[in-house]
Amino acid sequence: MRSQPEPGSDLAADIFTATPLEKWKAVKETVAKLVFLAMTLALIAPLLGILAILLVKAWPALSISFLLENPKEYMTAGGIWAPLVGTFFLVLGSLLVAAPVGVLAGVYLNEYARDNWLTRIINLAVVNLAGVPSIVHALFGVGAFVLAAHMGRSMMAACCTLAVMTLPVIITSTRESLASVPMSFREACWNLGATRWQTVRTIVLPNSISGILTGVILQVSRAAGETAPILFTGAVFFVPVADHGWASFFPYGPGDRCMALSMHLFTLVTQVRGVSEEIQYGTAVVLIALVLVVNSLSIGLRAFLRSRKRW
Amino acid sequence: MDVHIRFNQVSVRYGARPALGDLSLEIPKNEVFGIIGPANSGKTTLLKCINRTIDFVPSARVTGEVLVGGQNVYRIRNVCSLRRRVGMVFPLPVGLPLSVYENVAYAPRRAGMYGRRELDALVETCLRQAMLWDEVKDRLAILGTRLSGGQQQRLTLARALSHRPEILCLDEFSIAIDPVTTMKIEDILRELKQQMTIVLVTNLVQQARRLADRTAFLSGGRLIEVDQTEALFERPAQRLTERYVNGDFG
Amino acid sequence: MQSRSWKERTAGQAGRIAAAWSRFLPRAADFIEPGVEWTIRLCGWSAILFVCAIFFFVLREAVPMLFGGLDLGEFFGSPSWRPAPPEGLRPQYGILALLAGTLSVTGLAMLLAVPLGLGAAVYISEFCTGKVKETLKVLVEMLAAIPSVVWGFISYMVLGPIIMELTGAPVGVNLLNGGVVLALMSVPVIVSVGEDALKAVPDSYREAALSLGASRWEVVYRVLFPAAKNGLLAAVLLGVGRAIGETMAVLMATGHAVQIPHGLLDPICTLTATIAAELGETVSGGPHYRVLFVIGLVLFAVTFCVNLIADLVVKGIRSEKPT
Repeated sequence: MRSQPEPGSDLAADIFTATPLEKWKAVKETVAKLVFLAMTLALIAPLLGILAILLVKAWPALSISFLLENPKEYMTAGGIWAPLVGTFFLVLGSLLVAAPVGVLAGVYLNEYARDNWLTRIINLAVVNLAGVPSIVHALFGVGAFVLAAHMGRSMMAACCTLAVMTLPVIITSTRESLASVPMSFREACWNLGATRWQTVRTIVLPNSISGILTGVILQVSRAAGETAPILFTGAVFFVPVADHGWASFFPYGPGDRCMALSMHLFTLVTQVRGVSEEIQYGTAVVLIALVLVVNSLSIGLRAFLRSRKRW
Repeated sequence: MDVHIRFNQVSVRYGARPALGDLSLEIPKNEVFGIIGPANSGKTTLLKCINRTIDFVPSARVTGEVLVGGQNVYRIRNVCSLRRRVGMVFPLPVGLPLSVYENVAYAPRRAGMYGRRELDALVETCLRQAMLWDEVKDRLAILGTRLSGGQQQRLTLARALSHRPEILCLDEFSIAIDPVTTMKIEDILRELKQQMTIVLVTNLVQQARRLADRTAFLSGGRLIEVDQTEALFERPAQRLTERYVNGDFG
Repeated sequence: MQSRSWKERTAGQAGRIAAAWSRFLPRAADFIEPGVEWTIRLCGWSAILFVCAIFFFVLREAVPMLFGGLDLGEFFGSPSWRPAPPEGLRPQYGILALLAGTLSVTGLAMLLAVPLGLGAAVYISEFCTGKVKETLKVLVEMLAAIPSVVWGFISYMVLGPIIMELTGAPVGVNLLNGGVVLALMSVPVIVSVGEDALKAVPDSYREAALSLGASRWEVVYRVLFPAAKNGLLAAVLLGVGRAIGETMAVLMATGHAVQIPHGLLDPICTLTATIAAELGETVSGGPHYRVLFVIGLVLFAVTFCVNLIADLVVKGIRSEKPT
């Protein structure tokens, strides 16, 4: 240890120059920072590279007619309209079930549930539901909806399976949004004679709707991309689709099997011979684009609503 | 002395921790009743028992009787009607994330009042009583959360008055606001006591001395002494009271 | 007071009528409100219902084989998975090779993902600010959003040929391909949960260390890692859970060879991929079909345990946290 320099002496300047130890530490810090940066880039670079390759290879196939035409000639030509419509309806159907149940469950967990063993079990159930592998969701869908509920392999069964899959994340994100509303607002309302539900309805929900919507939209993109849960519960590779008229644009009813974009990509790549590379890459790019656009919507919504915070 | 609120051997525990121990107290009508005491003496818990917001604390266990206007509060069927008879002002100013107008109209709306004209009149009356009208009358649409601290506290007071309570409880209302606003609110309280009973919890003993007709001293969840304010401060019967009012602790 | 619009006048009128009626009719709110609260309560309990339902319905399909015909010793111990052998031979349901496949690809993925993920989490949390931080977080979210079938597509069409070129392997779908893709898929989970864990360490720890002269690297290494170790462990466990349960990507990335891998370039088959590949070809209600459901039960149990442990580890932070 250096001895204390006398105040006013020239030695006082020495406490500001770096010792060899401090210089070595600064080098270590820079090295560490670069290593961590490299690790981060090791993730980002493959992502961007892959997206670039996909886009380049898919370019020749991408066009409006690709999106609007139905697949032709045993899927080796034509477009992807029917799978797109199928995905749209699957997502819509699953959300119609999962969103209300999930949001209300989140309301229960944050606003009504007491700190007892039942609540602990519910929280555990939500965490575990979120971690169930997608293929086990498929097995559940087959056992419960296709067989036990006699829905058969249909869009309805697939929607229900997707709904159970997206439920836990909606519950969690709703609960987090509700928790971000300060407790002081609720206490103020209770003291004014409002009931719990009135407080939730008038103050808590309106001020957390942004977070809730963000969570729901994120699940939209997840439901659109999932393949395993719909593989055996309702999606098939090929459904005979009319060539003209209304039915060629909206080919499915709730009891029908349907095509889906994710399933279409899977089968196109692994089981169909003679498909041109452009169509395969094109399908992949459309699916990624769909998912990324929906996600960006959710992120943008979150940023926009965060800027409009009311307290 | 007409008793408005009566506590009969009320004990409150939060889980294993006792907050109020065997408290018996009478609060008379149309007076300012002061409650003083050091931290953790159960003052806020006492207020929460009056309008049963203690129900919202999951670990709270209440024994004994709390009577408001002769009725046991736990026998009243509609809790919300009880809460509308009691107005509450908290230590930290809270503006609801609604417009100023909607802040004051909140309680009447939840109680079922819809008429726009009635609501307008009520909002104006309450804001005037809270001495906030002149500052916000041209901007009733701005968010309650955008007001200053002193304005938000007066807004809280206006909200508390909007459901025409018979009892007004204030829990250390002045700790987060400026002295000017504090003086304004103290003037309001002096006027209001003719229409309602005011329970004033404060950690500023001089505030109790200025405003309260009777004062109670709580410590460690127990009622140490209750008396006319002058008597409590000049000739306290308990040694602990004397030490507290002289600033030896707390 | 602003002059009242026709809207306000009608609202006032409706309010007066409603108020008049309410004197005669019981308040609608008295019925609606308990109804709403019960609906909310039921929705809250639904999570338990669904977890139990998943277990029940998978079990229901698996039971006839599980308790009548399946040799559990062979099931867990034998690497021969031959559910549809040629005439005359007994079907063999040994999942050892499949277990080896799952474990090896998960292990390889974690070997790549944990250092990368934790490193990125540290970088995003401690070494960058503002716009850069926001951009990186958004990019990680985008990485997380890519569907697994697209990852499978990428592994099959892009990574496969690259691997074949670089290593001279006969096929591009193998353990290495699966491990890389699974790593890229698990990293976002590790990054986001890890970043949350690091964010949860109070700033006062960092400030105290910095004021004692520590460099930022030392703060990370000596203060943050020990303080956030439970959350970081939970992040890793959640990544593991994600990797074990992944289906479509490994199906397309690892081929479909039921064998215990001896090298990185061997094609393998995982538990999840087996179910996905074979369920469509089984006879509904037949033994092969039911054994696939048994495999589903095994998967459910494994991920249940991993998630339970991760949750307990996270709870460990909550109870230890200094107030």
